[in-house]
Amino acid sequence: MRKIVVCLSVLLAAISARAQVTFPVNGVTDKRGGAYAFTNVTLVQDANTTIKNATLVIENGKIAAINPKQVPANAIVVDCKDKYIYPSFIDLYTSYGIPEQERRAGGFQFGAPQQLDNDTKGAYGWNKAIKSYIDAFAIFSKDAAKAEQLRNAGFGTVLTHQADGIVRGTGVVVTLTDESDNAAIVKERASAHYSFSKGTSTQSYPSSMMGSISLLRQTYIDAAWYKNNPGSKEGTNLALQSFNNIQDLPQIFEANDKWDAIRADRVGDEAGVQYIIRAGGNEYQRIKEVAATKAKFIVGLNFPDAQDVEDPQNARFVSLGDLKAWELAPSNPASFEKNNIDFCLTASGLQNPNTFLANLRKAIQYGLSEKAALNALTANPAKLIGISDKVGSLEVGKLANFIITSEPVFNDKAVILQNWVSGVKYGVKEDAWTPSAGVYNLVLNRMTGASKYALEVKANNVANVIGTDTLPAKLSVAFKSVSLSFSEKKAPRGGRGGAAPVAAASLRLSGVDNGNGYWQGTGVDTLGNPFTWTAILTGNEVAKTADSSKAKSLNIISQVTYPFGAYGTTDLPKQETILIKNATVWTSESAGILESTDVLLKNGKIAAIGKGLSDPSAKIIDGTGKHLSAGIIDEHSHIATSSINEGSHSMTSEARIGDNLNPDDINIYRQLSGGVTTSHILHGSANTIGGQTQLIKLRWGATDDALKFAGADPFIKFALGENVKRTTSTNNIRFPDTRMGVEQVLMDAFQRASDYQDAIKAASAGTKKGGSVNPFTKVRRDLSLDALVEIMNSQRFITCHSYVQSEITYTMRVAEKFGFKVNTFTHILEGYKVADKMKVHGSNASTFSDWWGYKAEVQDAISQNASIMHKVGLNVAINSDDAEMARRLNQEAAKSIKHNMSKEDALKMVTINPAKMLHVDGKVGSIKVGKDADVVLWSHEPTSIYAKALTTIVDGTIYFDREKDNELRAAIAKERNALILKMLAEKRGGANVTAARPTFNVINECGDHEHNHGILDAHEEN
Amino acid sequence: MNVATMSIIMVSWMHMKKTNCSDYPKQHFMKKILLTISFLAAIGWAGAQDNIYPAPAQANPIYIIGGTVHVGNGTVLEKAIVQIENGKIVRVGKDIPVPKTANVQVVNADGQHVYPGLILASTDLGLREISGSVRGTNDYRELGDLNPNVRAIAAYNTESEFINPLRTYGILLANVIPQGSLVMGTSSVVQLDAYNFEDAAYLADNGMHISLPSFIQRRGRRGGFGGPSAGNSNPAEAAQERINVIKKYFNDARSYFTETVHPNGKNLKLEAARPLFDKKQKLFVHANEVKQMLVAIDFVKQYGFDVVIVGGTESWQIADLLKANNIAVILNNTHNLPTMEDDDVDQPYKTPAVLQKAGVLFALNDNHVNSRYKNLPFNAGTAAAYGLSREEALSAITLNAAKILGVQDKTGSIEAGKDANIVISKGDILDMDGNVVTDAFIQGRKIVLESKQEQLADKYKHKYNVK
Repeated sequence: MRKIVVCLSVLLAAISARAQVTFPVNGVTDKRGGAYAFTNVTLVQDANTTIKNATLVIENGKIAAINPKQVPANAIVVDCKDKYIYPSFIDLYTSYGIPEQERRAGGFQFGAPQQLDNDTKGAYGWNKAIKSYIDAFAIFSKDAAKAEQLRNAGFGTVLTHQADGIVRGTGVVVTLTDESDNAAIVKERASAHYSFSKGTSTQSYPSSMMGSISLLRQTYIDAAWYKNNPGSKEGTNLALQSFNNIQDLPQIFEANDKWDAIRADRVGDEAGVQYIIRAGGNEYQRIKEVAATKAKFIVGLNFPDAQDVEDPQNARFVSLGDLKAWELAPSNPASFEKNNIDFCLTASGLQNPNTFLANLRKAIQYGLSEKAALNALTANPAKLIGISDKVGSLEVGKLANFIITSEPVFNDKAVILQNWVSGVKYGVKEDAWTPSAGVYNLVLNRMTGASKYALEVKANNVANVIGTDTLPAKLSVAFKSVSLSFSEKKAPRGGRGGAAPVAAASLRLSGVDNGNGYWQGTGVDTLGNPFTWTAILTGNEVAKTADSSKAKSLNIISQVTYPFGAYGTTDLPKQETILIKNATVWTSESAGILESTDVLLKNGKIAAIGKGLSDPSAKIIDGTGKHLSAGIIDEHSHIATSSINEGSHSMTSEARIGDNLNPDDINIYRQLSGGVTTSHILHGSANTIGGQTQLIKLRWGATDDALKFAGADPFIKFALGENVKRTTSTNNIRFPDTRMGVEQVLMDAFQRASDYQDAIKAASAGTKKGGSVNPFTKVRRDLSLDALVEIMNSQRFITCHSYVQSEITYTMRVAEKFGFKVNTFTHILEGYKVADKMKVHGSNASTFSDWWGYKAEVQDAISQNASIMHKVGLNVAINSDDAEMARRLNQEAAKSIKHNMSKEDALKMVTINPAKMLHVDGKVGSIKVGKDADVVLWSHEPTSIYAKALTTIVDGTIYFDREKDNELRAAIAKERNALILKMLAEKRGGANVTAARPTFNVINECGDHEHNHGILDAHEEN
Repeated sequence: MNVATMSIIMVSWMHMKKTNCSDYPKQHFMKKILLTISFLAAIGWAGAQDNIYPAPAQANPIYIIGGTVHVGNGTVLEKAIVQIENGKIVRVGKDIPVPKTANVQVVNADGQHVYPGLILASTDLGLREISGSVRGTNDYRELGDLNPNVRAIAAYNTESEFINPLRTYGILLANVIPQGSLVMGTSSVVQLDAYNFEDAAYLADNGMHISLPSFIQRRGRRGGFGGPSAGNSNPAEAAQERINVIKKYFNDARSYFTETVHPNGKNLKLEAARPLFDKKQKLFVHANEVKQMLVAIDFVKQYGFDVVIVGGTESWQIADLLKANNIAVILNNTHNLPTMEDDDVDQPYKTPAVLQKAGVLFALNDNHVNSRYKNLPFNAGTAAAYGLSREEALSAITLNAAKILGVQDKTGSIEAGKDANIVISKGDILDMDGNVVTDAFIQGRKIVLESKQEQLADKYKHKYNVK
């Protein structure tokens, strides 16, 4: 045979091209060169270069030549006719060969035991989640089973790291060889890795997204300071030292979500780092913002499976957002390509890499180009981590890392036949090397002479033998073995005499597939006589069917909406000129309540108030019989965030709600339906000095940044009493455990802040010429003290969760000692007891209308609280602290009418009063010319239980409108139904389905009290 | 007594309360309180909450005149008269002569609104005090799966600080229920003006309460489904197993009742089911999901029980089935968020109207712990804003509740022959700006509309000299 038989070699027998030089030899030395020439192949060198009828020569694990004039004599020739060779794939996001870390449940829980210190032994930093000192190359050891899985999916080289912690140390590039660990390593310290997840760290801090972000920011600061201040009191800090050492590497951040990607990029921007970001699969939902990060991405292909929505009651709990994501997720890679974002692909996230190629083809079907797909698996990743000299394309001198496929690799039916890693062959699906399908000349060399048949092979186990009759045969072709049996004659159909049909005896053949359509072996006839046989492919191959993936029409139902899910819209609502005619206008100003009055909204502002107004460009809203008020302002809310409570330490003033806004929270829309236009999003109440708050406007559909109330003064949450002394914990170890201790936490914090401020001043005044000096080269910049310094300088303001009179009083006294005011006491349920003191101090009060009794410190809470404080002369607001109640804040305010407050004053408690305490009364909170056009049109007096918000307008943009709402409801029902039918069709078509997964309402709560949040509430005190 | 003295006593009382540290024997402390109270009582001051006396039995005829009477059954009578004697409503109407004898008490409700006392249809009032942080004050949830013999009334604390404020919102009766797992025990209707639970009992042991397991696949903490912490990888199967525990209990009880002698002795748990099988009690099934409610319907079919669903979040989806099976619903918290983000944003607000339209007998309930059930009338008001008529909304917290709880012959409406459980409000009792209760009567007894809340308010208004 001139053809060289490939493939029979078993893996273990593969030639070792890289035996280590220094290693002692047990037995007889066996050094070989391992030269191969792959001929007649379609060689895809990279996404742009394909050579037909090429010859690829490899030797010593590397590519020795492409299309040489002569095939080297020593090379074993592999005929690759009709085959394709591609550079093998590179996966930048794996933990291949890294020991698994044991996981523990994370998240913040009131009452759970705390771990305040890092219990890792060694001279590391204070936080266990900063594992900058981990080097993957030092703990890597190949894993034959995982290597095989990845190779079978087409991968040859991976970047692997220990995916544990917020700073995760360095990654190592390895090949998926089964040879030694020494041979596998391509590049040590190839990358540095990060995430927002503290992973297996058992330490309490951080317990939230905000905390993770803060820890990372502080670590950048600390590392720089550590570098500048050798010999400081810090001593040796290996975590900071390593952190500095890994900064020059490609920086890879595991974000796993569209908003987290954007958050990570912001952290990077501040630190002067451009991360490469591991995407989460939902980036297509905000691809413009994702593109704006300018980051390169590592994109997974773990598309959601269809769910079993057969049972309508199970289907009911699957949200439209999840249904849409199921349909649109395969378009994620294509949307990266269309938006010109550099990206790589990864198999990570898949339950098993064996679905990688199928999902990749799906992504191609959803618009990803084959060229981009190949680049994303070869050249792009190689370039990103600086290994283009070794892998990523097939060029002379690079590693002999390639795959051989039966067809162009992205075709539906393409099969990876072999995966060569560093010049060593690993079989993937070798049986498919020679397609068995076709017509063979079958010759049986029997004693009676040669019997000839045509053997028609349709697949490896389907064949007919055609002699005088066409007879079905039993065929098996596997692992190069062939077995075939058939009867010489048709089974009798029952004789004339009515005899029963008899199963015809069969000829039984066994043999070997010698490759390229040549089978031979031995057989036994019905009488037990042996014979030999051959079967030779005549070349009449069955015509290939058209590649089906490209032919399928997609029939996509969903569109990307903002937000992505129910009540989102494909186009965001726009600012309009609006004239509300003839309404009863509750101005929340000294003008009082104006009957039959027009209000003109223009350019996002209130342009005019009066009678008989007109504007030809205006959209007219008839306000006859209706009431117009300023938008409701909620001084205390926890909606629209990813996390709310960095509850680990007693002081977490570095944490910032604004770092983790979640503009997709349905509660934004729900609250618009209750007339809310501005919300003050507070950190939770698990610690005395909580995190920095964020004032937002309820711009439904906007991005996280666009929710922010521009130009508003920054605030911070403080808390006192039972929560901060961890009353519900039976094993508290965190100071303070009493209200006495709480006072001292405050004293200590501001004393430290005061000293810190002095130190900064001293360090700034360092030069003789009076030039400015960055004090933080000497003084360790402390993000938590920064916030306190701002408070002392009246650049940041406190809203303080408080219940009983003692703590309220001493907090004011501490503030006075340090020269500032407590801007707002929130909750303040005993405010009526110290209203006079608060007035003297100058605090505002933001309270509940009628909550009480849910814990010991609220036993003296009374419904008259707001009205008494109001009568004493405090500026009083009613807040929600609850996603449900926020929809009815007008009702809550009106409850004070029962206690002798006027309707007008009651409404002010949710409009101008909170605006004043938030220092935004110049912009919102009342209906006054020049203020923001944030207004609500009500069906009844806004202080009535019967009042419904009909239209809610923010910045002159209609974000909620009852009619539009009805249209959206109908559209949601229609789209849900269509997607459910499509999912059912997928199930009936035999696709994998998982059990229906209810979409829980994850509602962040401060953990202070109970809430009515429905039966799918998965509330998280995080 | 002048105001200054009142403050001094109040302060001393407050002082004692605050010094109640853990090593100070509670009984001793209580004695001190009681001494103080008796001292205060002796000088005729109704200051501290503990000293708000339950009203004595009605001695003289009472005529409420001039008010708009909301009967509770949908009827509204303008400028009507309600005649009350011996704790009962004698007559309601326009042409009722008011005798001019000295003993007759006339309550002028001119321009005001007269309502039946509101009924809190399912509550832990009197069983749950400082829920969040003091375990010892909580008696609402018993251990174990099968507690049919547990009786909520036994732990009902008439001194609970949450009772008196409710009366100032018009709530005069409550159905106090036990909670727990599966078969939870019996509830009792109480009137909210009593010295002890036996006085308070209005209809003892009116119903047996069971709670059904969820059919919803729960997720483990931090995302993932089906992990070891999720515990219900096949929720339908797990739920059915739990439901079978309940059914086995009822089957065993039914079989037990056929025994003439009990070879295993008298079984308190099984005995507890007798009133249910005798149709002297209703079965209150706590259920929010459709699948749970379908199981409740199955209870009707299998045992012939008179079934009431408590919770009913998703009942709007099967209102016609509930009607067809004659199942009533106590709907918790109109003021709630929708189940799904896809749902109509006002679904919980309009669910009552769906039930009304289908003809389902339903009551509205408030079990919102943080505000302690004060907002029952406003939950009904919201239902009125979203599809119920105001009188229908009123019925949902009066007559309908009475029917569901089995006390409609005694209360729930202002009709002759019923107990005089009546509230007079300055305005619309369902609206925040109208709910100002000026008078209230329980069984014809004019009750004191005071509470610790009012007392604390008075104290500090006095301090600041404000009204």
